[in-house]
Amino acid sequence: MTSYLIAMATFAAIYAVLGLALNVMWGMTGMVNLGLVGFYAVGAYVSAILTVKLGWPIALGMAAAIVATAAVGAVTTFGLLRLRDDYLAIVTLGFAEVVRTVAENEIWLTRGTDGISGIPQPLKAALGPDFNPAYLVFCLVVLGVVLALVERLRASPFGRVLRAIREDPQIAAVAGKNVLRFKVKAFAIGGAIAGLAGALYGHYSSYIVPEIYVPLLTVYIFLAVTAGGVGNNWGAVLGAFIIVFFLESTRFLIQVIPWLSPVQLASLREFLVGLGLLLVLLLRPRGLLPEPLPKLSDPAARR
Amino acid sequence: MAGAVLAVPAIGFTTVYAVLRFANFAIAAHMAIGAFAGYVVNAWLGLPAWAAVVGAFLGAGIIGVASDFIALRPLRGQGALTVAIASIALNLMLENAIRFGFGNAPRNYAIPLVRDWTLGPIRIGPQQVENAVIAVTAMTLLFLFLGLTSTGKAMRAVADNPVLADIKGIDPERMARFAVGLGMGLGGIGGMLIGLDTSIDPLLGFRSILSVFAAAVVGGLGSIPGAVVGGLVIGLAEELSLLALPATYKGAVGFLAILLTLSFRPRGLLGGRAT
Repeated sequence: MTSYLIAMATFAAIYAVLGLALNVMWGMTGMVNLGLVGFYAVGAYVSAILTVKLGWPIALGMAAAIVATAAVGAVTTFGLLRLRDDYLAIVTLGFAEVVRTVAENEIWLTRGTDGISGIPQPLKAALGPDFNPAYLVFCLVVLGVVLALVERLRASPFGRVLRAIREDPQIAAVAGKNVLRFKVKAFAIGGAIAGLAGALYGHYSSYIVPEIYVPLLTVYIFLAVTAGGVGNNWGAVLGAFIIVFFLESTRFLIQVIPWLSPVQLASLREFLVGLGLLLVLLLRPRGLLPEPLPKLSDPAARR
Repeated sequence: MAGAVLAVPAIGFTTVYAVLRFANFAIAAHMAIGAFAGYVVNAWLGLPAWAAVVGAFLGAGIIGVASDFIALRPLRGQGALTVAIASIALNLMLENAIRFGFGNAPRNYAIPLVRDWTLGPIRIGPQQVENAVIAVTAMTLLFLFLGLTSTGKAMRAVADNPVLADIKGIDPERMARFAVGLGMGLGGIGGMLIGLDTSIDPLLGFRSILSVFAAAVVGGLGSIPGAVVGGLVIGLAEELSLLALPATYKGAVGFLAILLTLSFRPRGLLGGRAT
């Protein structure tokens, strides 16, 4: 039971990092990324290929994953940022599907649907049975560092510009901000964080396969961020832990309603995820921890 | 011919976008709903293909209007992105509702297989011809509806200029319901046509969603004639890609087409508004 809880906490920490990535792009800047799982996959694959095939050390693999996904984030969005946000949604969704298709088919690089196994786990030999709790601590430390960084980002002038762009890109442009450049940077930062999460996952599970990287995972993270509070980094972390708890607790549905087939149970679970996201949007759109916004002084009240 | 089939759900997607101004991702689930509604009419009630197509249109259209009314309409005030995200949640729910009822295993329509016609070196599948005929008939009926009936004209007016249409006394809510019913119904027909060609399962729509989006974007998001042209272009490009790429990369063709269109002609071939 303890090892189960440790595994779940590790997943939650990785999802929380993903949630922070989405929060930078969507929560802070208002750019929707339906291909978050694609960045997650690229991060995992870059680090896995470099460490397994080329024998790079794990830390360098992870760093390369961050750099690669930051570049991908900047490139995929660069041409599109002038367009309506709907287009970004469509393109990012397509991006993630293409990443998965490439991972399934370029067998020479990714070993296709067999997946890459034997991804090195840091200090596995030295730690032995203590690897899992140690890796959980590592993930929590990474999460803490990322959280601290994005919190600083949010409070910085840079973060203020991102919020201004989210509320009204035209006004931000009138104020002399290069909206395009800020958007590309926000997407690159978010992409890099998602790539880091991917590498974290790969070096934990030691095995990655394309079928992990389905759009459903992106929906999980959207639910996590929305439930926690769009724009609030602490909310994204809280939301990630809630969604893992929610997903895991629905596993025990089988004991409550044993007459359903496994397919029906699986579909019921995914149905509840969709319902959860919809209900949060309808009933509590600002989430459990609403974004802290500076109080505006009302000029009319001052008189 | 695959292009004509693709054009039908692309028109559905673009119609909803033209009137409501958001990307409704739930089109994927409605394609599957249409395919399964057609399946029920055809395989369970034993009616012929044309009746199944009507069933696909009505099934997807009615569920489209109902689910939009419950889940998406209350969110319209919160911006296009929120509604688009909600439509993904809705899509997940609807797909899983189908999966709950029908399972994952692929099913086939109760329609006899016919041997391919051969004209010298060319082989033509009669089913594909029939699908193209159904698709063209559906599109013709749609254009007659939009061009000749007052409701059709009102819908075009809302798509062109919602403020002006409102001033002229056109009820935007009523037009929204019409657009969703029509759009999702066409999505349903498209899903069934794809199913007639292969087999049906709950993720049938989702697998072709990139091609559908590509057809709509290449033609110009919000433009119905554009979706027809886009469907033909993407259908043709996907078939031609088979000469150079493995079949599994078909979806990537649509993605590439979207990127090229947005880079060089964001308004699409017959374009509406892009920015």
